[in-house]
Amino acid sequence: MTDINLLGTNEAGQKLTKELLLNLGPQHPSTHGVLRVMLELDGEEIRGVDTVIGYLHRGTEKLAENFTYTQIIPLTDRLDYLCAPSNNLAYVLAVERLLEIKAPERAQYIRVMMAEMARISGHLLISGALPLDLGAMTTLLYVMREREMIMDLMEMITGARMHTSFCRVGGVREDLPDGFEPRCREFCHVMKQRVDDYERLITENRIFLKRTRDIGKISGEQAIDWGLSGPCLRASGVSWDMRRDNPYEIYDRLSFEVIVRENGDCYDRWKCRMDEMRESVKLIEQCLDQMPQGPVAVAMPDIAFPLNKITVKSSMEAMIHHFEVSAYGFPVPKGEAYVSIEAPKGELGFYIISDGSPKPLRMKVRAPSFVNLQALAVLARGCYLADVIAIIGSLDPVIAEVDK
Amino acid sequence: MSNQPLLELLQRESIQQRCESVYETFGMLTLTVSKENLLALCRLLKHDSALQFNFLSDICGVDHYPQTPRFETVYHLYSIPFKYRLRIKCRLELDESPPSVVPVWQTANWHEREAYDMYGIVFVGHPDLRRIYMWEGYDGYPMRKDYPLRGYADHYNPFGEARSQGAEGA
Repeated sequence: MTDINLLGTNEAGQKLTKELLLNLGPQHPSTHGVLRVMLELDGEEIRGVDTVIGYLHRGTEKLAENFTYTQIIPLTDRLDYLCAPSNNLAYVLAVERLLEIKAPERAQYIRVMMAEMARISGHLLISGALPLDLGAMTTLLYVMREREMIMDLMEMITGARMHTSFCRVGGVREDLPDGFEPRCREFCHVMKQRVDDYERLITENRIFLKRTRDIGKISGEQAIDWGLSGPCLRASGVSWDMRRDNPYEIYDRLSFEVIVRENGDCYDRWKCRMDEMRESVKLIEQCLDQMPQGPVAVAMPDIAFPLNKITVKSSMEAMIHHFEVSAYGFPVPKGEAYVSIEAPKGELGFYIISDGSPKPLRMKVRAPSFVNLQALAVLARGCYLADVIAIIGSLDPVIAEVDK
Repeated sequence: MSNQPLLELLQRESIQQRCESVYETFGMLTLTVSKENLLALCRLLKHDSALQFNFLSDICGVDHYPQTPRFETVYHLYSIPFKYRLRIKCRLELDESPPSVVPVWQTANWHEREAYDMYGIVFVGHPDLRRIYMWEGYDGYPMRKDYPLRGYADHYNPFGEARSQGAEGA
């Protein structure tokens, strides 16, 4: 038996206590990766939070300075690996801004459709993982079933399930395969009902409500000050969605609702994502309805690879050209551009400085998870130890994106 | 969206006297500013009722080696009420330290720690300037242009480059 009264008592006979430093992670299932949080505890109450990151730092930005513009696309997949198409999209938009080109319409629709599929996939995972962290395992098993449908669709389009690398500067890699549309529509049909199922399972669950309502609250003004974006900001009552406010690609032709909630607690951040999935399904359907026929990459042989390689395989000059473009890349005009999109986690921005060579002078990733995670320190202060798990889950950090 | 309304607001006297130049590049307006005026300009941009740049998207360190001044900090601002975007750039010599903008936007905290960690730019007035990605005691600033891609050779990194005498890495 250990002596629980180590510090003794004071003159009035009360037990003396001291603050305790508790290490959560870096190996802990509820930190969603290798995240370490040092908690200063007074009893069970959090007095201070020190978030330690960097365990997954791969130096994406340093690598990018040594890669050609096409070679960087697979690197962006590995930031938020749940939503690779969104990352690809933000990156190629930044390069296209520097080249002053625009992808053909059909390619834009394909990109937007894939980005919305990625949004559903990312939101699905967190809407299963957050209840799992709080002790409700069932939801995760159900959301994995629907996520598998998205994976299958991704595999059908790109051949890969997670690291899709499908966007190219000036378009996408290839056209959609035959038979894609009916399968995608079937998914949309199924998904609409399934979101209702999750809601029935969790949204009114009394335990879930007790663990998330009024936990980790942040006001809209404070959330802006801490740089929160995406569902985390909209849950605090700030109506800001770049798809509506600064539309890129073809978002100005699509109609959808921006989900805004008032409370800014863990529950609202979770509910916001639930409702966004419904909107994303609508967006995918609109993309399928409106998608025109036509080319999927710009007709600029210096930038985009040829879609069919028949000429490459039969003409010497075409083959040399193809080799040069793939091996040495293409030069991008001198200048700088910052382009950001509404990624599932928030504002995902790419800032590229080009010195006129085929490799960027500097590429900076404005990773939404990195910025959102910073707010953990304010959200968790004054909460109880068990609430920290709910708060980390509701911020939805992907550590690969936090650490870059 | 056209940048003309924002450009007119930025050409007012109060802003002009604090920044060096205003220009548009690839669709975004850019202000260049000296480090002495940076903090005052940021406060003004945030609190001016016609601008309200309340959201700091990003702070980015840049190494222009071998040019001088060598470093640069780039701030990307957004105004949620008016949907403006703006970039602020501040050039720095190797040993110069810009002021921290944490007093203006809390979110600058980690961004500045990142720039410090990767480039060794010291932000004056930062509440907690520690390394963020690399560990305490790490030697050198990995994103500097004179830092080798594979790092320096040591016990843990046999593939790194040998450290030459007098190399300015640390």
